[in-house]
Amino acid sequence: MHILREDKMLKLVKISLRNLFRYKRRTFLTMSLITIGVAFVLVFVSVTVSFKAMMVGEITDSMLGHIQVHKKGYVASIDNLPLNLNLQPKAFQKVEEVLAEIPEVDAYSPRLKFGGVFSNFVESTNIRLNAIDPDKELAALPLFASRIKSGQKTIKPGEILIPELLAKGMKIKTGDIAVVVATNEDGSVNGYQFTVSGVVSSVTGPGGRDGYIHIQDGRQILRLEKPEISEVAIRLKKLSDLESVEARLQETLGKEMNPKGKPAFEIHPWKKLTPFFNVVRMIDVMTFFIKLMLIAIVLISVMNVMIMAVYERTREIGTIAAIGTLPGRILSMFVIEGLSLGILGAASGTILGSVALFVLNALQIRFNFGRAKGLILNASLNPVDIITIALIVVAVAVLAGFRPAYQASRLEPIEALRHV
Amino acid sequence: MDVVVAENVSKDYVTGKVTVRALDKVSFRIGTGSFVSFVGPSGSGKTTLLNLIGCLDRPTQGKLTVNGTDVTRLDRHKGALFRGQYIGFIFQDFNLIPVLTVYENVEYPLVMVRGVDVGDRKKKVTELIEEVGIGAERNKYPDQLSGGQKQRVAVARALVTSPRLVLADEPTANLDSRTASLIIGLMKKMRDSLGTTFIFSTHDMRIVDTAEVIHTLQDGKLTDTVKKNAHTTGGQDAQAG
Repeated sequence: MHILREDKMLKLVKISLRNLFRYKRRTFLTMSLITIGVAFVLVFVSVTVSFKAMMVGEITDSMLGHIQVHKKGYVASIDNLPLNLNLQPKAFQKVEEVLAEIPEVDAYSPRLKFGGVFSNFVESTNIRLNAIDPDKELAALPLFASRIKSGQKTIKPGEILIPELLAKGMKIKTGDIAVVVATNEDGSVNGYQFTVSGVVSSVTGPGGRDGYIHIQDGRQILRLEKPEISEVAIRLKKLSDLESVEARLQETLGKEMNPKGKPAFEIHPWKKLTPFFNVVRMIDVMTFFIKLMLIAIVLISVMNVMIMAVYERTREIGTIAAIGTLPGRILSMFVIEGLSLGILGAASGTILGSVALFVLNALQIRFNFGRAKGLILNASLNPVDIITIALIVVAVAVLAGFRPAYQASRLEPIEALRHV
Repeated sequence: MDVVVAENVSKDYVTGKVTVRALDKVSFRIGTGSFVSFVGPSGSGKTTLLNLIGCLDRPTQGKLTVNGTDVTRLDRHKGALFRGQYIGFIFQDFNLIPVLTVYENVEYPLVMVRGVDVGDRKKKVTELIEEVGIGAERNKYPDQLSGGQKQRVAVARALVTSPRLVLADEPTANLDSRTASLIIGLMKKMRDSLGTTFIFSTHDMRIVDTAEVIHTLQDGKLTDTVKKNAHTTGGQDAQAG
């Protein structure tokens, strides 16, 4: 019985495929349309996903980290670099304790951030200073060193990495002496002399005013009695763990209260700390609409073919119905045709898309993102994307074929046999 | 036993506000193994009657029993099952499935309708296509066959399920004289060997001459019934109602 059912199914598939290739030109055109659509979507998705990954990697691995922890209220005033919203040593200790319990955390870097005046003894300008522990910063932001355009790839006490903007504008070179003047939380002013150890580029484009000094120097300028910090930048082993780690931090640090009974910390993923996330979202929206276009292409082309097939084969439908073929089997016959179109289109589109991506990668296409120059596009096909797109195409093809197939199965044999 | 029993069967077609009576209170009986012909001019109701017997359409009035089943009550699904079980069709235009070979066309009802296993199927199809004289063409597609060969395939397809009844609507209309005679002879031979009842609608005098019972239809009414040399292995003669 089981073998007979398989036998029937095989016969149905055989008849459906032969019918599909009966009108070779029409089937070829429809399949070409689906193939090109699938290939285009695969290439688009792969390129945008790799572009997104590079963009996100550039931002998180050289500047933000994946998650940042601040004292509650800090991010709302982040442009002012408020010193009164720093994390006290006890709070930082709590953060460290929590992070030690999360295996997905790869590294973290405490930072002290404040505004100051930078002077080369000839002219002065504003600077945003990031006082860091270089070892921890390089562990949490592995691409940070690549931003240092000249000089050493680290910072020692007494040294400063100045932003490219200032280096060019004030004609400062590595090895020059400069002074940083800053006001501490109490309003007292303090100055500190540094040797320029290098020039650091901005990730997000021209205009960056972020300079870097050693965290010990930062504490000295601000005359901090206790080793307080402004933020902790956290790097995860896998970016895919972002949501789960963020949730865990919200569950732990997010519920910590200060002595006034208000939340002590705030936790932000990188997405909430940079406007570049909007670019990422825009890419996602574009990808969604490209997929919608593919659905429309498959839906219209398959439906068109199937409607024509039912119309042209009405007498045949009448014949097979007359000799006793059940309506369900007639329905299956046409649904299999739509399904076959979808499967063949998805398969050939995947092959074409893979070839196109291979060629794109072989061409070593370079592009710039922010200050990062000559990034090489390295698009790769994600099996999940292939499966998702193939499933969409096949499902839409079946859906498109179903309506004409249903009509075919509902035809009265007598009417169908009279069809001319 | 009577394979077909029609009692006051009428069929109306409604086109807009106009109702046309295609069959008007037709009654008859057809016995098992008969070779029966319905004759009459175009529009007399021959094809309509065959469609009703074949459960492809339903009468407007009257009672129609095929193989003991009241076919006026069969829905779409049961109608298909019934046709697949008891009735074979031969069409004027052959109506072969163009994407299937001769062998596959004949095999189709056994796979899709009856669900016969592959061994029995192969034996039966091979025997039948040899018997109707198209064994050499078994791997050809319908568009590679002559009209006579196509109709032989159609005959084999109609008979492969060993139906109680074969309905043939103008089976020789598109065939030349020699081929038509061969097909008629073939059908009679099949009737003789399998005991299948054949009902024709035809203008072809060669079929009429061969038939054992000839019903004449005129304007939807059964006007005359002629019984000739009744088939010896068959059942009862047909009789006008």
